[in-house]
Amino acid sequence: MKYVYFPGCVTPQKENAYELSMRKVAEKFGIQLLDLEGANCCGFFMEPIDHLSATLLAARNLSLAEEKKCDLLTLCPACFGHLTKVKKELTEDQELRKTVNEALAEINKKFEGFLEVKHFIKVLLVDVGITKIKRTITKPLTRLKVVPHYGCHILKPSDELKLDNPENPTLLDSLIKATGVTFLDYMEKRLCCGAPIIGVNEKLSLRIMREKLRSVQKVKADAIITVCPFCHLHFDLNQFTVQEEYSEEYNIPILHYTQLLGLAQGLSPEELGLYENRVPTDVILEIL
Amino acid sequence: MPENLKTIQVLKSLKTTKIDPNFKFEVAKMPGGESIKYCFQCGKCTATCPIRRFDKEYTPRLIIRATLLGLKDIVLSSDVIWLCATCYSCTERCPQGVKLTNIIRAIRNLAIEKGYIHPFFKLQANAIASYGKIYEDEEFINELRNDLGLPPVTPVKRDEVHTILQHTKVKKLLLTKEKEEN
Repeated sequence: MKYVYFPGCVTPQKENAYELSMRKVAEKFGIQLLDLEGANCCGFFMEPIDHLSATLLAARNLSLAEEKKCDLLTLCPACFGHLTKVKKELTEDQELRKTVNEALAEINKKFEGFLEVKHFIKVLLVDVGITKIKRTITKPLTRLKVVPHYGCHILKPSDELKLDNPENPTLLDSLIKATGVTFLDYMEKRLCCGAPIIGVNEKLSLRIMREKLRSVQKVKADAIITVCPFCHLHFDLNQFTVQEEYSEEYNIPILHYTQLLGLAQGLSPEELGLYENRVPTDVILEIL
Repeated sequence: MPENLKTIQVLKSLKTTKIDPNFKFEVAKMPGGESIKYCFQCGKCTATCPIRRFDKEYTPRLIIRATLLGLKDIVLSSDVIWLCATCYSCTERCPQGVKLTNIIRAIRNLAIEKGYIHPFFKLQANAIASYGKIYEDEEFINELRNDLGLPPVTPVKRDEVHTILQHTKVKKLLLTKEKEEN
């Protein structure tokens, strides 16, 4: 299995532990990752400003990856969603494709549209498969109780991403269960984390996260498992602000799914960057 | 403060504000805006919206209604159009197949053309237009990555990003001064 790795903006800047643990886990499955030199923002953050600019930014990344002749892998659901949507749009809208390729021609690039955009979760679930994942588990985490946080962009819009049913998602559930943990359900499983509006209305963004944290606390989970670097950053960094604002105590560790899987594969906390997490993860290690 | 999208204000504006009957066609012509004409105002979008759940001033149904009614200035200058978290819950559940998330994106794109932009979005877009990413490539990131045993992030080829963006209106859009809030 060979992929070209698209880092995006948030992961290398704020969540290097996600990439570190992904690389360690990928090694276990013999996944080979190629670097994508000179890539730009996927284009997602340009969407509200100008659709064509957002499309061009994505198309440049796709054309760079196509030069490597293998599928694109990313850890960020927003990148995954945006690149997937742009690929579909450029495949269906020939006029837009012409405009885009005219612009790309100036930098000697061309969008061909043959590669597939994959989130690491999809690679694990489809390309690797649950059976093979279970075979790598050497330390089932039976004493740990966790809940999933899916995030919005890994699931929706479901007609374009075609990954899972957003009304009753199960893909992350099954990946989490494979590590042997005690899996818990909670009331606000489908709620957004609030991160996307942190720059527009901070109070509201924190209010939404608080609702999630309360719901997770009610079921007495030891940790929240995320697959999105942006959701992770929001929970892990701004949880302290929520605690201050509302004079409440949560201190719920937030783990990247790859960190959870790595622990179950017998990898050390250092190898998985567990000490990079902002909400201390010592509690987790004590339970294990 | 720009006028906000509240039912009572929309009703009042129907008598006083100039209505632009072409506004809905303008939105429908934008990429992703086509499905606005299927809306039959059931309100499922509002019922399902996580932003609405915690902020009663945000009503996606009303944004669509006001757009269909032609209340162009009120919609484009409203600060609520920047509150959408793009979670796609409304798009998923709309019984008419109205792609609200894309429509709100189309409305934002039109608002920016009119000179209305939320400072947070302007900040991010400016960063991308200059650095190619929302964060500038900085040496300390690669030092940190090196300590963790990760390969360096290669710098964005900014000149290439600048070249392709010259084919768009983005530079001009970002230069437009934000409309003064009165």
